Amino acid sequence: MPETANAGLIARQEGRDDAATLAAVPLDDPFEASPPGPRPRRRYRGWYRLISPVAVVLLWQLLSSAGLIPADKLPPPTTIWHTAVTLVTTNSPAYGTLQGAMLVSLERMAVGFAVGGTIAVLLALVAGLSRLGENTVDPLLQILRMLPLFGLIPVFIVWFGIGELPKIILIALGAAIPLYLNTFAGIRSVDAKLAEVGQVLRLSKGETIRHVILPGALPQALVGLRQSLGVAWLALVVAEQVNANAGLGFMISQATQFLRNDVILVALAVYAVLGLITDGLVRLLERRALTWRRGLLE
Amino acid sequence: MAPRASRVTDPGVTAGGPAAAAAGPAARVRGLRRAFDGRPVLDGVDLDIAPGEFVAMLGVSGTGKSTLLRALAGLDREVTGELSVPGTVAVAFQEPRLLPWRRVLANVSLGLRTVPPSGDPDAVGRRALEEVGLTGRAGAWPLTLSGGEAQRAALARALVREPSLLLLDEPFSALDALTRIAMHRLVLRLWARHRPAVLLVTHDVDEALVLADRVLVLASGQIVFSGPVEVPRPRDRDQPGLVALRHRLLTELGVNTEGQQ
Repeated sequence: MPETANAGLIARQEGRDDAATLAAVPLDDPFEASPPGPRPRRRYRGWYRLISPVAVVLLWQLLSSAGLIPADKLPPPTTIWHTAVTLVTTNSPAYGTLQGAMLVSLERMAVGFAVGGTIAVLLALVAGLSRLGENTVDPLLQILRMLPLFGLIPVFIVWFGIGELPKIILIALGAAIPLYLNTFAGIRSVDAKLAEVGQVLRLSKGETIRHVILPGALPQALVGLRQSLGVAWLALVVAEQVNANAGLGFMISQATQFLRNDVILVALAVYAVLGLITDGLVRLLERRALTWRRGLLE
Repeated sequence: MAPRASRVTDPGVTAGGPAAAAAGPAARVRGLRRAFDGRPVLDGVDLDIAPGEFVAMLGVSGTGKSTLLRALAGLDREVTGELSVPGTVAVAFQEPRLLPWRRVLANVSLGLRTVPPSGDPDAVGRRALEEVGLTGRAGAWPLTLSGGEAQRAALARALVREPSLLLLDEPFSALDALTRIAMHRLVLRLWARHRPAVLLVTHDVDEALVLADRVLVLASGQIVFSGPVEVPRPRDRDQPGLVALRHRLLTELGVNTEGQQ
């Protein structure tokens, strides 16, 4: 906040005719000029980013209305919207309701992600905090990382059947790998000089972990969290289309049989929105947890 | 092989304050050795630091000044010989080393976690910040501090522990000249008030002369010179009483002061 004020002040003191800076600060009192509160810059950015997506949807609608896009291949946005409303308001025997399917999918995701995320963080701590732990845990996870995730589906079906378990495990595995890798790397990248401060202040091992190592590893771990959410959503979509009898994936495979592209697109859109919401939540978390980083809030 | 250094100190326990250490020296070192890859860096160092004594240690780069300081700080487990630091130790490094994810006050009171303070840790921390002139910055993030402010916060974090031995590892070398002069005055003021024994590692002869009771020169892994600075404080670097000692120190450091080279 004082930045703009100072910039204006300096510009004025140096007699520069900088219209942009001067416009931001009324000439009478530069220090009272910028009231505390949300910086004006960010308010613009929010809706600027909506312009191009909205334009694409409008173009899509126009081309569909003009008959340039065949409706059986790609239905227009209005049709998709109507289908979505119908799916929410009616409980059809073929699809159930959209919100019901969404809840089933969300639950799978939540359980799988919670299991995978917890295991990943625990393993990253074990591997990050000791050589023995690293030599024990890391090779196994590096091997697991190289296994093609979706190639495991047939094996999982043989091992765990076609119920919920193989789906949860697939999601957990997908979520665990990026979170583990990033948290482990984050722990190892903590400045040894800061760890020495803990030693000099005679902090216990636990206090050093709490005050030095974990906060130091957090930025990288949050990058991992976002990656692992992405992989987990992907794993959910794939897992749900294998012998599911409820959920968004089940809705999609049903719609495939009835050649209902509009229903498929609605389900895909719900996936996308859910993905965006979780990503937004992590970004919010990042902004709150990493305020100490210079530049993040400027 | 010589035996590992026997530390007659239990840093986890708060032997506490200058008073507790008053009986013996604040630090006692005998025959301290340390080699890196077979190359001796400390080669039999003997050193006593009296309670409340301000000692400056000079030496050209690579003579083991920091190695000795790290040994006293308990950061080096590979030294051999005898090392005894009976009281609380605090260290300020060349870089402030504040935890960037803790606000300034939390960084300072972090120094209190193993030295239970007399009173509320936050209040003690605020008082320490006041002493170093950072009252207004208690809630700031360390990355927003200037170099001098950060170094003062690091001093406050060291001093809240009420150390009987304060180790300063070139803490002013990264500061600009004006800030450095202000820091010298601050350190002397804090030292006069808290009276810890101080070991200041520096490569700046004038800094040593202005601050210390006694100046040491470390060369070839041993203390080759130790002499008192017998000029009352406050001192000025141009004071005539310091000329002879400066000359002597520079000679010990291998610098020809007679003009050429």
